[in-house]
Amino acid sequence: MKFFDFPLFPETASTLAREVDAVYFFALSVSAFFSLLIALFIFIFFVKYRRQRTAEIGVPIHGSTTLEIVWSLIPLVITMVLFAWGAKVFLHALTPPPDAREYFATGKQWMWKIQHPEGQREINQLHVPVGEPIKLTLTSEDVIHSFYIPAFRVKHDVLPGRYTTVWFEATRTGTYHLFCAEYCGTEHSKMIGTVTVMEPDDYETWLAGGPAKSPVASGAELFVKYACNTCHMEAGSGRGPLLHGIYGQPVTLAGGQQVVRDDNYLRESILRSGAKVVAGYQPLMPVFQGQISEEGVMHLIAYIKSLTGDESPGAAGGGAGAADGTGG
Amino acid sequence: MQATASAATPEAVRPPRHHYLNVDYGLRSWLLTTDHKRIGILYLLSITFFFAVGGIYATLIRLELLTPQGDLVSSDTYNRLFTMHGVMMIFFFLVPSIPAVLGNFLIPLMIGAKDVAFPKLNLASWYMYMIGAGLTMYSLLHGGVDTGWTFYTPFSSSYSNSFVAATALGIFVNGFSSIFTGLNFLVTIHRMRAPGMTWFRLPLFIWSHYATSLIMVLGTPVLAITLVLLFLERVFQIGFFDPALGGDPVLFQHFFWFYSHPAVYIMILPSLGVISEIVAAFARKPIFGYKFVALASMGIAILGFLVWGHHLFLSSQSAYAALVFSVLTMLIAVPSAIKVFNWMATLYRGSIEYSTPMFYALGFIGLFTIGGLTGLMLGTLGIDVHVHDTYFVVAHFHYIMVGGALMGYLGGLHYWWPKITGRLYSGFWSHLSALLVFLGFNLTFFPQFILGYLGMPRRYHVYPPEFQVLHVLSTAGASILAVGYLLPMVYFIWSLKYGDYAGRNPWGAVGLEWQATSPPALHNFEEIPVVDFEPYQYKGAPVAQRLPYRIAKYGA
Repeated sequence: MKFFDFPLFPETASTLAREVDAVYFFALSVSAFFSLLIALFIFIFFVKYRRQRTAEIGVPIHGSTTLEIVWSLIPLVITMVLFAWGAKVFLHALTPPPDAREYFATGKQWMWKIQHPEGQREINQLHVPVGEPIKLTLTSEDVIHSFYIPAFRVKHDVLPGRYTTVWFEATRTGTYHLFCAEYCGTEHSKMIGTVTVMEPDDYETWLAGGPAKSPVASGAELFVKYACNTCHMEAGSGRGPLLHGIYGQPVTLAGGQQVVRDDNYLRESILRSGAKVVAGYQPLMPVFQGQISEEGVMHLIAYIKSLTGDESPGAAGGGAGAADGTGG
Repeated sequence: MQATASAATPEAVRPPRHHYLNVDYGLRSWLLTTDHKRIGILYLLSITFFFAVGGIYATLIRLELLTPQGDLVSSDTYNRLFTMHGVMMIFFFLVPSIPAVLGNFLIPLMIGAKDVAFPKLNLASWYMYMIGAGLTMYSLLHGGVDTGWTFYTPFSSSYSNSFVAATALGIFVNGFSSIFTGLNFLVTIHRMRAPGMTWFRLPLFIWSHYATSLIMVLGTPVLAITLVLLFLERVFQIGFFDPALGGDPVLFQHFFWFYSHPAVYIMILPSLGVISEIVAAFARKPIFGYKFVALASMGIAILGFLVWGHHLFLSSQSAYAALVFSVLTMLIAVPSAIKVFNWMATLYRGSIEYSTPMFYALGFIGLFTIGGLTGLMLGTLGIDVHVHDTYFVVAHFHYIMVGGALMGYLGGLHYWWPKITGRLYSGFWSHLSALLVFLGFNLTFFPQFILGYLGMPRRYHVYPPEFQVLHVLSTAGASILAVGYLLPMVYFIWSLKYGDYAGRNPWGAVGLEWQATSPPALHNFEEIPVVDFEPYQYKGAPVAQRLPYRIAKYGA
């Protein structure tokens, strides 16, 4: 929406944007109604009951319990509706669809590094196909940032030392702002970029335009480089748990606690293996904190996720290699 | 009630021969005073100074944002400007504003006491404030801080190359002034009420200060601990918050907001009390639903401790925590709405005088309503996803903290100025200032709601060019606002020498403070009053006959 030559309302370019705007318009109408109602009453009283004589006093009315109950219940009901509606949208915004394309994004002072599932890398740019759910796994190499695309109404803090996610499904092609929304130091306001939403065919063409090695393939290489296979594979020593098909599954820890092996669990176990040891194993694994880059950890996790229960690691590695071949 | 023989003559409104201002002279008599009224004046002068400092930062920020490029100052300087603006305005102006100036001056007067419970502690609180402010000014003069007033880790603890430790220390020390003041008020209100002054006869100003004091005493130590941890991590690299040192950055946010959210209520609750006083006085009738308004203050204070997590919806806190914090945030709408509806109902069948404090109070109700309703939007999870950390937040909290807290402070200052100084100020110029503040404020901050929903993130030195028009409007509004703030400084100072004598009760208000002389005597009352009337009991109170003098001079 534009007024003369400047916008008054942001572009609506994702499925979530419509949901957020709907709650916002509801809240806005309720707010406008009550603000005007209060203003109207005050104006009427102010004019009507203006002091006429110096010695005049107001009529001593002390209150009305009925009125108090009424004007406590009305805001209570409205805010509960607002809460429930907002919560529904929020939970939707927090839950990526299972078939979403998985991107990685790393924030650092002061840039965004993004990698596509096919391996293409971009800095301060994000190209995505229209009409497909996109999930970004986010982490930071230094301070807290926040990944924000106003046209999609999505935002999430990006933290050092853990993963967070955002997801969206773009509904209109075009280019949109990407902002860092959490203050992160000197060039915070220049930690910006553009999101380009393309027709799927154009996106495929774009993808084919650059060399790429898929995250799974990179992860497979790192897996061997850091000798993970010596403990975590069938052919290995058996000192570490096998990794096939474990992703998203619960596991019992040495202390008896149950955890789900999600991205954050795998990240912690790679970097600080002693933090949560699976029951039945010794805390023998070296600490990799500070030795593997954030991107490397993401690649390793992508590789571990690619290891399914019935496939041999070789098959997964081979598949990754094939992807490498097409990309190269 | 005291009677002055014939109020229509200037002699009757002449200040008493002896009062707290002329009981002693010289710098020493001020710096070593334990009189709650003089300490209030010390605070008035100091916070006005720091308000001016914070205002200069705000001016530079608004000038920089006139253009999308960073052309007036560098990014580093800009980051320091908004940080120091926030630090000065919040910790050294808004938090102490109403409690330390008006609260100090008025609480003993309103409950019929000679002084606060611990007069020396009261003076110590001012010194703690000045030491804290001195430390912060030290860091400011050596280059300032660039972390934002929120000091988020690990940026503040491990990355920022500015004076974080000195500033944190300054705020830490300043916290003790809050704690001392809160403690003093709690004990004073419990123990020093005049005979007959029962809890439900207390003016609502006292109730809101009681609620505020509870937050000061219970919340401020958490901020102090948090700042100590930040200091230890920054200076000695002991890992609490930085993941590289084994800490958790979100833990800092929990600690910080556990104080800083209730701190918002430290800033706004006293204003709510001021507005209740003004509305009752200028409608000349009891506050509609007195008990509900009084208990709403307590409700806000208690709920205020349970909502800090609404600053962390997008910080990786669990979805369930977010749901709980969102629903609790919504509940605060109820006591806040009770206040607004009761003020509105108080006007009904009142005898409303069009006076400067009343104009400020009306402005307050409007801005507080907008601030509160946009707060609900921010508390709505689905909306916060979009507007969190944007100018929408900036606009919202300025509506509450400037539109609300500062309007309340100025309204209160206009209402009790005649009591504090014994003088009246110009009716015309003060009406104009109330109007300029209201218009200027809305022009400054309303465009920022639009900017926020458009997606303009806060704390941006340079910004996309399509946002410029709204920024220009905002800067234009800030210029009008500045004139609105400067005017009172001029006519208040003018009134000290040239203003007419106010007399004990220039507004014809009930309340014990209006029975004292203007300015009050050293120990406030000739004799400790006995309270045998209900709060805001205008019926039967001989209040009106003292007015004609002011009215003849200034109009109704």
